[in-house]
Formats: sequence, C-alpha cells, structure tokens
Amino acid sequence: MNWISQIVAVAIFNLRTIPNRKGSAITTVVGIAGVVAVFVGVLSIAEGFRAAMTVSGSDDVVIVLRSGADSEMNSGLSREETRLIADVPGVARNAEGALLSSELFVMVNLPKRSTGTDANVPLRGVGKEAASVRHNIQIVSGRMFELGRNEVIAGAGAARSFAGLDVGNKLRVGQNEWEVVGVFTGGGGSAESEVWTDAAVLQPAYNRGDTFQSVYAKLTSPDSFVQFRDALAANPQLKVKALLQKEYLAEQSKALTSFIETVGVGITALMALGALFGALNTMYSAVAARTREIATLRAIGFGASPIVFSVLLESVALAIVGGVAGAAGAYFALDGFQTSTINFQTFSQIAFAFTVTPQLLAKAILWAAAIGMLGGLFPAIRAARLPISTALRET
Amino acid sequence: MSTGQEVLVRVENVEKTFRRGSEEVHVLSGMNLDVPSGEFLALMGPSGSGKTTLLNLIGGLDRTTTGSVKIGSERLDQMSDRQLAAWRARHVGFVFQFYNLMPALNAERNVELPLLLTHLSRAQRKRHVQTALEVVGLSHRAKHYPRTLSGGEQQRVGIARAIVTDPTLLLCDEPTGDLDRKSGDEILSLLQALNQDQGKTIVMVTHDPHASNRATRTVYLEKGQLSAEKPE
Ligand SMILES: Nc1ncnc2c1ncn2[C@@H]1O[C@H](COP(=O)(O)OP(=O)(O)OP(=O)(O)O)[C@@H](O)[C@H]1O
Ligand SMILES: [Mg+2]
Repeated sequence: MNWISQIVAVAIFNLRTIPNRKGSAITTVVGIAGVVAVFVGVLSIAEGFRAAMTVSGSDDVVIVLRSGADSEMNSGLSREETRLIADVPGVARNAEGALLSSELFVMVNLPKRSTGTDANVPLRGVGKEAASVRHNIQIVSGRMFELGRNEVIAGAGAARSFAGLDVGNKLRVGQNEWEVVGVFTGGGGSAESEVWTDAAVLQPAYNRGDTFQSVYAKLTSPDSFVQFRDALAANPQLKVKALLQKEYLAEQSKALTSFIETVGVGITALMALGALFGALNTMYSAVAARTREIATLRAIGFGASPIVFSVLLESVALAIVGGVAGAAGAYFALDGFQTSTINFQTFSQIAFAFTVTPQLLAKAILWAAAIGMLGGLFPAIRAARLPISTALRET
Repeated sequence: MSTGQEVLVRVENVEKTFRRGSEEVHVLSGMNLDVPSGEFLALMGPSGSGKTTLLNLIGGLDRTTTGSVKIGSERLDQMSDRQLAAWRARHVGFVFQFYNLMPALNAERNVELPLLLTHLSRAQRKRHVQTALEVVGLSHRAKHYPRTLSGGEQQRVGIARAIVTDPTLLLCDEPTGDLDRKSGDEILSLLQALNQDQGKTIVMVTHDPHASNRATRTVYLEKGQLSAEKPE
C-alpha cells in the first residue's frame, strides 16, 4: 500500500482544517512560543555570561595562584614569589623584562546607575604590563593611569553600570579618593567589569603590605604552558599553581552558568508542562471535531497508522510554528541586550550581553517539537482506536 | 443479470449484541441473509431495528457477536482489523446518508481518497477519478468544494468515491434520506444504472417505499429477524 501518500493526504487535509479550529490552534502556538521564548531568554543569559567570562581568556596567558586557592579571592603571593615566577622559563619577555603583571584586588561599593543602590565592583591593582599581558585591552576614552598616583581606569562594562565612573570624575571610596582618568575595553571579557589602578598604590591603600593575589603572565607561545607549569612545580621555593586564563575563567563562571541553566530549565519545564496540556487539549478537540471524518477514512480502508501519523504531524507542525515564533521573538528582543549580574564567586557585577546562539535556537525548537509530539500522541492513539461503526453515527 | 446466480453475501446465524452499561441490547438474533451477485437489495424496517448494524457487519465495519459473514469466498468474521481495512479498500464502496465528504478537499480529491490505498500512479488515479465523476455526471464540478455543492451533488460525489475503485459491492445507508424527492430520484436512478449496466451488487438501507421500488428485492428487518413481507 501507498503508505506515505496515505499519510501525506490525511495530514494535508488535517492541516487545511486548522483555520476551522483557529482558537485552540493559536492557543497552542502561543503557549509553545512562550515556553520557547523563556527557554531561549534564560539560557541566553547563561551563554552571554559564559561568553563574557571566557571571551578574554587566551591560551597564551596564564594566571598563577597559591596552590590550594581556587580563585584570586583566596590566593596570596609575596613579592619574592612573584619575582621567582618572572624567572621561570616560558614567560615571554620584551626589552624591559618579563611580560608579567602581579595583581591584587579589593571589592569596593559603588552606586548603580540604574537603581542608585550600591553594588560590588572589583578594584584591581595591576602591574605596568597588565595591558600587554592580556589581549584586546584598549583605552577608549581618556588615558592610562599613571604609576604611583591615585588614578583609575574603568572597564567599559563597569563604566556603563556604575555612577561616577566617568572620565574626570573623582570617587571617594573609604579613606581614599580616586580620579577616573580613562575607560577601557577588553574584548567583552570580564576585565571590562573591573576598575584598574596601579598595584603599588592599591597595596598601601588597603593595608596589603607587599603582597599580591595573582600573577598574570604571557607565555612565549601556547605550547610553552606545560614547560612553564612543570618548572613552577619543580621549584621548591614556590607553592603555586598555574592555570591557563581560559580555563580559569571558565571555571569561575561555572557556578553561575549552571545555576542559571538549572533555574532556566526548571522554569521552562514548568511552562512546558502547561503548553503540553494546551497541545493535548487542542489535539483532543481536533480529533473530536473530526471523529466522523476519521471514521469515514477508516471505512474507506485507511489504516490506523496514517491517522496516528497525521494527528502527530499536525501537532508537531503547530508546535514548530510556535517554537520558531518564540525563538525568533527571543532572538530579536534579547540578542545582544546588555545587562549585568553578580558573579557568585567574587560577588562583583559582571557586565554581559544576552547571547542567543544558533545551537540554543535549534535546541529550543527541538523542545517545541517534543512538546508537540507528546501532546499529539494520546489524541492520535484515541483517533486510531475509535470504533468505526460508533464513530460513523456521530453527526 | 448473467451473474445473478452466485451468492455474493452470505450472512449466517448472526447475532449482534451491544452493551450499554450493564444492559445488553440484542439487535440481531439468528439472522440469515443471502444476497446473490448482481442484486439490488433494499433493506427496510423501523428505526432502531438494526439496519445500519447489519449493513456495517456486511461491510466489515463491525464484528458479529456470533455467526459468520461471508463475502465471496472470504470470512469477514475471521479477519484481523488490518485485514478488514485492506479488504474494505478493495471490495466495498460505502455511500452514507450525510455523504461524509471531507470538507477540506474538493470533489476530485474526495473521489481520489480510496485510490490512495492502491498502487496506481498519479496519472492513473486522475483517469479513474475522471471516469467516476463522469459516471455520476459531475465532471464539471470536479474542483468544487463540498460546501459549494447541493445535497444531491454531494451525494453523487459520495457515489463516485464509492465506485472509483470498482468494488463488487456497494453499501448505501439511506442514500436519499437527506435529499428532496427530485434529487433522491436522480440518486436512485444512478444506483439502478450502476446495478444494471455495471453489475454492481447493492445493499441499500432505506425508509422510503419509493426507493425500495427501484430495487430488485426488498427485505424487512424487525425484532432481529428478516422477512420478505412487510410486517403489519
Ligand atoms: N455501538 C452501539 N452501542 C450500543 N448500541 C448500539 C450501537 N450501535 C447501535 N446500537 C443500537 O442498536 C439498535 C439498532 O441500531 P441501528 O442503527 O442498526 O438501527 P437502524 O435500523 O439503522 O435505525 P435508523 O433507521 O434509525 O437508522 C439501536 O437500538 C441502537 O441504539
Ligand atoms: Mg440506520
């Protein structure tokens, strides 16, 4: 038997009857569009956050922490240790010495532009090579801070989010006054959410003595990482560990991205349940409305499977229409939308953009199709099981 | 008719009982009926007497409680659901009181439906559809949708759909029940022509003596039994 053309024929005239059932069909489509929009929306936050955290990470930049520390927050290094690290083979050099920046940071409170309430911003003390160690650091307005002075430059994300981070403005933080002399970008990375100053100025201002928390170093090439790491491990005077910046940042963003993903999937699952019942309802009423048509087809000799498939196909088609609408809506409304959130590891504000990736869209539409499939399954089975002679009596 | 001697439909000792909750409804009891090939049989009887039930049993739409239904050489009561569906597609055409056309399909698409169950190519299907529409005199309405056709025209589309696969047996459940006298007469003439010119065996349920007059034989169903005489 011509099975495929049976299915196609039945499915096509099912689809053509949708205009007669506009109301419930639209409810299903809208419900599923909503699920998909929320799914894409929430997960694009996670994507954007992950991107913000890792985009600046390169594989020829290492970060050195005290062994046992899992973030800069709980790491500590003496000046002596930072000197020893500078001498380890694998570190890139220029005419003035090793391309390395010994850094520390403190959290400061600044009012947000949007709400006026205070939030944490990392104030990072860096060495004079900080910008050459990292990639993509660029002053976009004002100038670089001068060594030895109470001057700061603000990351573009931080400057956008926090009041007072305008070039020329003076900030009072605790006992200290800082002048904002420039704004920098860092390729969308986490540095953009920070404020930088000279490490040598930050140390006394926060009674840090002559200690640091991390060393950022540029490698001669990505391949020298193993050599560098092994040389550090071989030095008995150093109790430190080295991580590629990329890995470090990915590690740092993991807690929040997986939290967002869990919450996102949870919310979406609840909404999906609602949409599933919507789809079930739509398809049950579609089957009920067509009882006599289905019975007539069966009387003519159509098998049960074309009936099942055509109901499923209709349900999946409606769901995909909803999925595409929701995904498109989320994409146009959210992609690139700038916002910020708290990084749970440092409790500092991280600026990021919603990032709607093609994979995310595809995943969302697949979910929509799955809802359609599930929502159509039981009505389809009911349609196929209708006793023909009874169903033919229905008017 | 030359083929008038062989028995095409043989209903033997058929009982049909429906369950309605805890109650059993005995509709047919110990029913016997032979329909020779080439006959145009009218089936009459009061409402609720089981005419549709009997027709559905002959058409393989429902199963007997006990007893056998034999069409040609095949025992319907011994077939699986799947076999029955395939059998219906090849051997029976149904004509319904309310036409049962697909509102989303135009006349020729409706007529084509049973052909989708065959191996015919698109071009062959088109030819068969044209022929069937010619037989019922509706070629000029091929592209019309059911809602734009009169009741009589819709029923002719229904008949075209029933004959498009050239089945041996046509089962009609009150085919004129929803039509005015004139359209009804046209339908009856059409059925009569199909019987006389093309040798179709027809079983037609009807309430209308006018309709049964066109048949070659009339049987009456009452209280689960058939008789050749109209009961008092
Ligand atoms: N699926 C079913 N379940 C329960 N009872 C049924 C079922 N089908 C038919 N019946 C009952 O069987 C009896 C015969 O019904 P049937 O439709 O065969 O009568 P009919 O002679 O065709 O009547 P009408 O002239 O009104 O069409 C009726 O009492 C009906 O209610
Ligand atoms: Mg009836």
